Amino acid sequence: MKTISFISQLIIPAFILFAIVYGACRKVRVYDSFVAGAKGGLQVICNIFPYLLAIFVAVKAFQASGLFDIIKSYLAGPLGLFGIPPEVLSVALIKPLSGSAATGMFTDIVQTCGPDSLAARLSGVIVGSVETTFYVLAVYLGSVGIRRTKYLVPVCLIADGLGMLIAAAVVKLMF
Amino acid sequence: MNIVWIILVSVSIVVAACTGRLDALTRAMFDGAKAAVEISLFLLGIVSLWLGITKILEDAGIITRIARFFKPVITRFFKAVPPDHPAITSITLNLLANFFGLGNAATPLGIKAMQDLQSLNADKDTVSYEMMLFIVLNTASIQLVPFTVVGILSAYGSTNPAGIVLPTICTTVLMAACAVTVLQLFRRFKK
Repeated sequence: MKTISFISQLIIPAFILFAIVYGACRKVRVYDSFVAGAKGGLQVICNIFPYLLAIFVAVKAFQASGLFDIIKSYLAGPLGLFGIPPEVLSVALIKPLSGSAATGMFTDIVQTCGPDSLAARLSGVIVGSVETTFYVLAVYLGSVGIRRTKYLVPVCLIADGLGMLIAAAVVKLMF
Repeated sequence: MNIVWIILVSVSIVVAACTGRLDALTRAMFDGAKAAVEISLFLLGIVSLWLGITKILEDAGIITRIARFFKPVITRFFKAVPPDHPAITSITLNLLANFFGLGNAATPLGIKAMQDLQSLNADKDTVSYEMMLFIVLNTASIQLVPFTVVGILSAYGSTNPAGIVLPTICTTVLMAACAVTVLQLFRRFKK
């Protein structure tokens, strides 16, 4: 664990150092190149911003509407058949929408159910393996101004749903 | 995305009206707008930083070298990308950053990859298969160690916080495989 987290801490500074030193060795005007590249950042964010705004407003509205609790009460029964604790469902449903909310719920589950409980482990695996799909879609599609997404959204949502079932199966097998 | 957004917003408003949470809903939407500004400002700094760093590498001529090195793996998935195209490098760097859990570096590199893929896209308004594949691989987020999760588990006194690592990797790899399969099934049936 210690070595892995050390490598992870090292990798970004090492990468930046490498870029600068390597550039200097190849006689690149490193500072001028950096500034020229960084100039493009503003344009990228200007492209993304309206998409991010749309997604964030929609997600927050969804969370505040109480719709979440209604969906949860309908899904709790069928998921019980797979042996998925009801607390985990909140994490699984919120993770594609909001990363920080999912982490918050995960912390809550760890506190109430204990860090070695099935609910904590399963929600931990879900938080670690499912991405905040809508954020990724908004940022990546927004950055190039794609408007027609074909079947991309259903594919991502099906994958998220499958991911939850895979997580349940893997946790059952490995703990 | 159009349909998803219409459903998310309109259903939320109707449900909030039924459950008497309209006040909270309005506040939440303004909160969402504020959060979007905060995230964008944060991204502005971090994206510019990484665009600067990758520009140095590009000018030093290493981008093509990295591309050549990872070409065999990446071109197997991204068949329509020419072997010496910069997209191969940006896709590689993004996937590596994801793998090491460097979310702050992964997003800017992913944006770069999308722009590189867009330069190959015939119809600029419509997503290409390569873009979909790239996004699907990203949403499956293959990660070596989920640091936040391990951190929270050990903070609350788990007997074996790192025990979560292996199941997470297994899940994420299986999920990525499923996601790519689903994408290919859709591609076949929508033709």
